[in-house]
Amino acid sequence: MTDVALRTVGLGKMYHIGGERQAYRTLRDTIAQAAKRPIERIRHPGAATHTSEELWALRDIDLEVRHGEALGIIGRNGAGKSTLLKVLSRITEPSEGRVEIAGRVSSLLDVGTGFHPELTGRENIQLNGAILGMTRAEIKRKFDEIVEFSEIGGFLDTPVKRYSSGMYVRLAFAVAAQLEPEILIVDEVLAVGDAGFQKRCLGKMEDVAGQGRTVLFVSHNMMAIRSLCTRAVELDAGRIINSGESSKVVVDYLARQAEAGAEAKWPAGERPGDDGVQLVSMQVVDSAGEVADLVATSRPFGVRIEVDLASVPEDLCIGFDLATGDGSLVLRSYQSDLGPRRWPKLTPGPNQLECTIPAGILNNGRYVVLPRVCIHNVRWIVHSEAAVSFEVHRDHVEADPDDARSPYAQIIRPGIIAPILDWNLVSGGAHA
Amino acid sequence: MNAVLKTNTLVDDNFVVYERKRGWVALDVRELWKYRELLYFLTWRDILVRYKQAVIGVAWAALQPLLTMIVFTVVFNMALGIKSPASTIPYAVFSFTGLLPWNFFSGALARSGVSLVGNANLLTKVYFPRLVIPISAVLAGLVDLAISFLVLIGLMAAYGIAPTWNAFYLPFFVVLAFATALAISLWLSALNVLYRDVQYIIPFLVQLWMFVSPVIYPIEKIPAGPLRAAFALNPMTGVIGGFRWALLGQQFPGGYMWISVAVVAVLLVGGLFYFKRMERVFADVV
Repeated sequence: MTDVALRTVGLGKMYHIGGERQAYRTLRDTIAQAAKRPIERIRHPGAATHTSEELWALRDIDLEVRHGEALGIIGRNGAGKSTLLKVLSRITEPSEGRVEIAGRVSSLLDVGTGFHPELTGRENIQLNGAILGMTRAEIKRKFDEIVEFSEIGGFLDTPVKRYSSGMYVRLAFAVAAQLEPEILIVDEVLAVGDAGFQKRCLGKMEDVAGQGRTVLFVSHNMMAIRSLCTRAVELDAGRIINSGESSKVVVDYLARQAEAGAEAKWPAGERPGDDGVQLVSMQVVDSAGEVADLVATSRPFGVRIEVDLASVPEDLCIGFDLATGDGSLVLRSYQSDLGPRRWPKLTPGPNQLECTIPAGILNNGRYVVLPRVCIHNVRWIVHSEAAVSFEVHRDHVEADPDDARSPYAQIIRPGIIAPILDWNLVSGGAHA
Repeated sequence: MNAVLKTNTLVDDNFVVYERKRGWVALDVRELWKYRELLYFLTWRDILVRYKQAVIGVAWAALQPLLTMIVFTVVFNMALGIKSPASTIPYAVFSFTGLLPWNFFSGALARSGVSLVGNANLLTKVYFPRLVIPISAVLAGLVDLAISFLVLIGLMAAYGIAPTWNAFYLPFFVVLAFATALAISLWLSALNVLYRDVQYIIPFLVQLWMFVSPVIYPIEKIPAGPLRAAFALNPMTGVIGGFRWALLGQQFPGGYMWISVAVVAVLLVGGLFYFKRMERVFADVV
């Protein structure tokens, strides 16, 4: 027990919602309320002067992370993950309990914190480095490495407002990647950028974890959690509801997510997304368009995603991950995978999209569909924080009455997918 | 709690505990010093961005006080007959010297008032002593002050006014101007996080404040006695008087100077503690 890097004891964070302590106030309202209060008191003697509800974003969090350990933190949106990271990063103060930290901490809750659009890449590297806690000497020493990692080369002296969103993110991550803290706290920053860059970032993270540094990592990317973290905890409603080996926690999480069945609908106010783009519903439907908990592989089936758009943002991508019940990714698909001509035409207001998955692909078992909505290379709007699940019955082998089933067919076939493939003789037959 | 302490084996130079703090919090100057490079970079950013955004860049910093001075001279000196207290000093130089600390002060208030809200993305994503933000907003104004100081030197040369030995005391008055601007900035920036309409009051406040500060008129125009003493409660009275004494060799502000210094000290210490007390909720409400 001598090598604990971070420990929390009975940690809690409370916010007041509603009532008079919501977010910020204005002087005008405060003065008006102060003036009204005596009158209210006379009118309703004994009534509470203000009503405010306490919301515990975190409660009773006891964590212990050893030096060199990578801890994954998962949970649905609003489960308290971000609040936990903010408290651990010292950005906001705990309402109760304590955090004990031994070591130099860096937190990456966002990429490009403090980037200024008017400043050049070079200037922003220096500024961002300083914000992340590097000294001037450190920034100077690592400058070339940052430029190389970011691949922005010739645009070093161009204001970042002229950068493409991809370049912007690459530069921002390149600076962050040079941090050498003993304890690294990371929130979902890998969820942006193109696939190649994400892969390099994950590689960098693995390096960090491999170097005996302590990592606390929040992500909706279950694959990343499984591969990077040894241990994971799941938060729900501000409390730790599951903890242990990361693969086990991920499987439990997905199983719980999938209990919803083949259809998920969110009432206004609880929809995943942001102000502009909100997920309304998601369904797995059979070929007749009915919601189907059980899908037969002899027919195609569909994944329907309904979004409500305030306006249609540029580079909006709507799609999903199809994963097995234990979290292995089967496929990922977006409405924007093909050329612009083939994109479904989105309009402001509700839009329901359907992706058709052909017959004869999946294997028996339980599958999970996780929605993904993003502005390409800029930010995630919905990132696997909800799921629907369905059971697959592999019947495509026997579906065609003309093809009598092979006497050798395996009822249970190993593998994530189980398509029937063609077999032909290419050469042979003439035995000399 | 005892059990925790007993099993607490976290021993390290960097060992820290975060807990809820109650009431008034110590200033922690050592931590602020640790973050001096961030202070440097944020100030540098503010300066860089301002001169990049202004169409005519640095020239604007020189032009703005110059144009103000010309309007003051035409309206208040020529039309309304307000005169410089010393016959050797033309009104143009007299008012420009007053504008030097005044513009620094009003610029600092305008920038720092919205500084915390404007840097919300920093406050909610990274830890650093929050004092860095208003301090850098005030520091950034020193460049403008230096530029208008050069203009003043040109102006004095043009009018043939020689500086006096008093000029050696100028740094003291720059520090006093800085302390005054910072004191008010701490209050306003923290208040604006908590009450978001404060930022709309600031321009109005600055405007009124200028009329009760001896920028346009000499303090001698205010009848000596209780009224002038009341004016001295405004720390800018001392600052502007000090600038004119140091640069133009006018009469030393005297007693009301010390009243101003005392008021600044009270406002600054109060502002620091108020800011530290409020800073723990910044990230939650900003």
